[in-house]
Amino acid sequence: MTEAATATIPVPSDYKSNVKPVWCPGCGDFGVLNAMAKAMARLGLRPEELAVVSGIGCSSRIPAYTACYGFHGVHGRALPTGTGLKLARPDLTVIVTGGDGDGYSIGGNHFLHACRRNVDLTYIVMDNRVYGMTKGQPSPTTETHWTSKLAPLGTGINEFHPMAIALAAGANFVARGFTGDPNGLADIIVQAIETPGFSFIEVLSPCITFRPEQKDWKKTVRHGNLSSTADLALAARQIFSDDGMNLGVLYAGARPPYRPPIGRGRVAAADLAAEFRI
Amino acid sequence: MSDRDRNDPGSANEFMAQACALEAEAAERYAELAELMRAHHNSEVAELFGKLARIEGLHRDQILERMGWASAPDPATFRWQTPEGPETTDFADLHYLMTPWHALGLAEHNERRAAEFFERVAGRADLSADLRAVAAETAVEERGHVRLIQAWQARFPEPGPDWDEDLDPPAAVD
Amino acid sequence: MPHPTDIADNTSPGAAQRSSLSVALVGSGGAGVMTAGNILLEAAATAGYYALMTRSSGPQIRGGEAAAMIRIATHPVECMDDRFHVLAGVDWENVHRFAAEISLAPDGVIVGDPGRGEAPLVFSRSGAAFEPLPLARIAKEISGGRANMVLLGYLAALLGLPEDALRQATASLLGKRPAALEASLVALAAGREAAPAAARLVLEPALAGPAARWLVTGNEATGLGAIVGGVRFVAAYPITPATELLEWLSPALASVGGVLVQAEDELASINMIIGSSFGGVPALTATSGPGLALMTESLGLAVAAEIPLVVVDVMRVGPSTGIPTKSEQGDLNIALCGLHGDAPHLVLAPNGVADCLQTAQWAVALAEALQAPAIVLADQFLGQARAVVDSPRDPRLYGKRLCAAVGSKDYQRYELTADGVSAMAIPGTVGAAYTADGLEHSERGTPSSQAADHVAQLGKRRRKLELHDYGALWADIEGAGEFAVVTFGSSTGPVREALARLPGHIPPIRLVSLRLLAPLPRDRLSEALAGVHKLLVIEQNESGQLFHYLRGVADLPPESSSLRKPGGQQFNPGEIAQHLIEWSGT
Repeated sequence: MTEAATATIPVPSDYKSNVKPVWCPGCGDFGVLNAMAKAMARLGLRPEELAVVSGIGCSSRIPAYTACYGFHGVHGRALPTGTGLKLARPDLTVIVTGGDGDGYSIGGNHFLHACRRNVDLTYIVMDNRVYGMTKGQPSPTTETHWTSKLAPLGTGINEFHPMAIALAAGANFVARGFTGDPNGLADIIVQAIETPGFSFIEVLSPCITFRPEQKDWKKTVRHGNLSSTADLALAARQIFSDDGMNLGVLYAGARPPYRPPIGRGRVAAADLAAEFRI
Repeated sequence: MSDRDRNDPGSANEFMAQACALEAEAAERYAELAELMRAHHNSEVAELFGKLARIEGLHRDQILERMGWASAPDPATFRWQTPEGPETTDFADLHYLMTPWHALGLAEHNERRAAEFFERVAGRADLSADLRAVAAETAVEERGHVRLIQAWQARFPEPGPDWDEDLDPPAAVD
Repeated sequence: MPHPTDIADNTSPGAAQRSSLSVALVGSGGAGVMTAGNILLEAAATAGYYALMTRSSGPQIRGGEAAAMIRIATHPVECMDDRFHVLAGVDWENVHRFAAEISLAPDGVIVGDPGRGEAPLVFSRSGAAFEPLPLARIAKEISGGRANMVLLGYLAALLGLPEDALRQATASLLGKRPAALEASLVALAAGREAAPAAARLVLEPALAGPAARWLVTGNEATGLGAIVGGVRFVAAYPITPATELLEWLSPALASVGGVLVQAEDELASINMIIGSSFGGVPALTATSGPGLALMTESLGLAVAAEIPLVVVDVMRVGPSTGIPTKSEQGDLNIALCGLHGDAPHLVLAPNGVADCLQTAQWAVALAEALQAPAIVLADQFLGQARAVVDSPRDPRLYGKRLCAAVGSKDYQRYELTADGVSAMAIPGTVGAAYTADGLEHSERGTPSSQAADHVAQLGKRRRKLELHDYGALWADIEGAGEFAVVTFGSSTGPVREALARLPGHIPPIRLVSLRLLAPLPRDRLSEALAGVHKLLVIEQNESGQLFHYLRGVADLPPESSSLRKPGGQQFNPGEIAQHLIEWSGT
């Protein structure tokens, strides 16, 4: 770049509202908000053409922190809400956001069917492997031996494997990002939005309050270690030999999105009565 | 990764754009952190971040004035070896009970990374002598900032090991 | 005091012609009683009669036993009669299971193939005469002939339906299969020939032609009303007895530029339509009790975030899986009070098959105007009954939402306006972006845990529903007098018919059939009941849900009581008439 930006070029701050986040200082979710704003600016989308839809949880507070249209619904149902919005308004860019509890536990069934349905959405899950807003209970992605008040001996349950599930259930784009790398995450979000169909991004988002040990993720993540493929078998092999710390795009396919036509009818509503006339 | 950023400057103009962008991003982040700490009632650190935001803003403005530009380029259009600009504070390094000593430690780390970035540009044989000279000059400035911040930090006592002890449990929100 | 049967039947035994006749066609599943029933219904319609058909079947998905119950009349009918005049069986396998639904008139007839044995005692002991018809033998003589068509030809002749109407209806239903049509026409003629020349049970001539009539089910009427009202997005999960509504809507929506999405469950359905409506596209889902139960959390979201939407609950017998194929007005409590928190919303109920259109259309219009969820309580009877009705008038009620203009200055989504309705910004509107929230919020929409914001927003959401002028549609009010009956939904049909049978026998009774159940227009109800000193609330459930609701929110006359009947079997006019006679003290 040799010239300073002019007023017509959107900048990330155009996509942030002046509502102050409730997140703890040190929370990974700030990085996601930043990355989203960067991605939106890079795509040059107008804030009013974007909708950010979420459920309940720390990360689900994100819509109000954007300058886009937002919807903060009930726990676990962000994907159906985003799906309904996108199907009714295919002209909008719809980003669905939430956490691991919202997306994989209470909303688990919707996750499967959103992948399968492959509507042109981007789903960003901020995974901190804990329920933050209810003060630190294990989530589906919590390590089996992690102890908490609710599970003093650990969960004793195997962790959910979101990327493998997304791949198997039919998502067209599967990637992993890290909140400590907002620029890398922004790259992934841009690619996710640009890829037709359902794009799933697992974002490692440390919880400083209930999982302070996750601060070490900064040292353990491996940037660009996933290699993007359109071959499901290769992607599957890669994800099943992964320790959860490899970042990048895992799968970018060509599965056709579900796009029922809306607004293309020719019949006047009142004419539907004809079939009932004797 | 090579030691050359994908977007390392190729001209003095580009170099100044990049320098301006990283100052702008650092200023913006400090301002965000100030707001954030204010929301968490850590006014001492909020004020300090506010001050740092103004200082970085000043640096940005100096470059803008020197180049005759109206506004800073978007930092997101550059690629750095660090996750964000070399002078930008990582959100993850915050704690709501942090003290000015911690905050200045972060600032020092940022200035040091900025100095290293400029030193690396100054040391690149493939760049023009003019550009390398400007980079070296800027690097010296950043080293100066490192020392200033160190002196500033020395005015605050290093907190004890229990500085982040929380006397209240976290709140359940939703 | 007159005996109820004297007043219950529209004609006395032995009369030459009847204004209403009821026929039950029974047989094993696959024997074609439903096809025959549909042709008979359409033939009646073509001949200028009003008619109504309901159906019943055993628990098997294929096979089992089936019954098509048809009432044909010279006047509009919104319920089945007390008794059936004709029971026609292709065979008698397991049809005793329908005994409770098919009560035969003593002067009725049972038609069946003597080769298939006798009709079950539970039917024959009514005193109805048995008319043997060798169905199998006659059908066998016709190439491709079927017993159900022979039986249908016989029945049409017995009832005095014109041959032309029957042929026309048969052609309309089987026209796409010429070979089947040809064989059927021959079988119909053979059946007609076998019928007695001088029948006892003959319909009065139809009063008018079929020109201004529809043949429609309640589910179809609901779907049409929704689309005419403006709905263009439907997300739903299949459930009996709402599925036919969805199946009608799917192609119909596509043809008008809308879309129907099959969701993974009812939680998804309701949230998908919330998403669509948030996006500015009026939306609806249809379900039954179990699905409504799953949706209640998100209905609360629609209340709090002020999202217009319509949920049609085609009620079936509950609780739990209950009896999915039978009707009950048992979801009133959950529809009125099932949401957590103080959550003002709309509850409406159609009171007839044709009224499903008007009520659904009104529900869309109200939801859109008031930015609130509306629950429409239809039921299995209304939804699945196929009826010949007078063409419904277009009530000219269309969804109109107050939307924020482009560049609204200092836009506040949840602004505290005088009438409680605030402009909704549709995504895409420049300068009005906001976040819709189920969290309590300020006028701007920012989450707030302040009691003052909560009080203000609660008041706003209540006010917009209470201050709205609902006009005359809130109830059908008929008659005058010091006695009144209040009812709703599918109970209205038998109540109305019972009242029509009573004049001359007892003091006049007013009828109030509520179409708008929440918010209940209390002042208008008081007006409607002015001068009434004795009130009876009639409903199809065991616990008296409407009665207790009205007692809780309305000023009822001190002498108020309740007539209830659990679902599974519809009220018939005779039993209501009998109760009204006793209740009114004559």
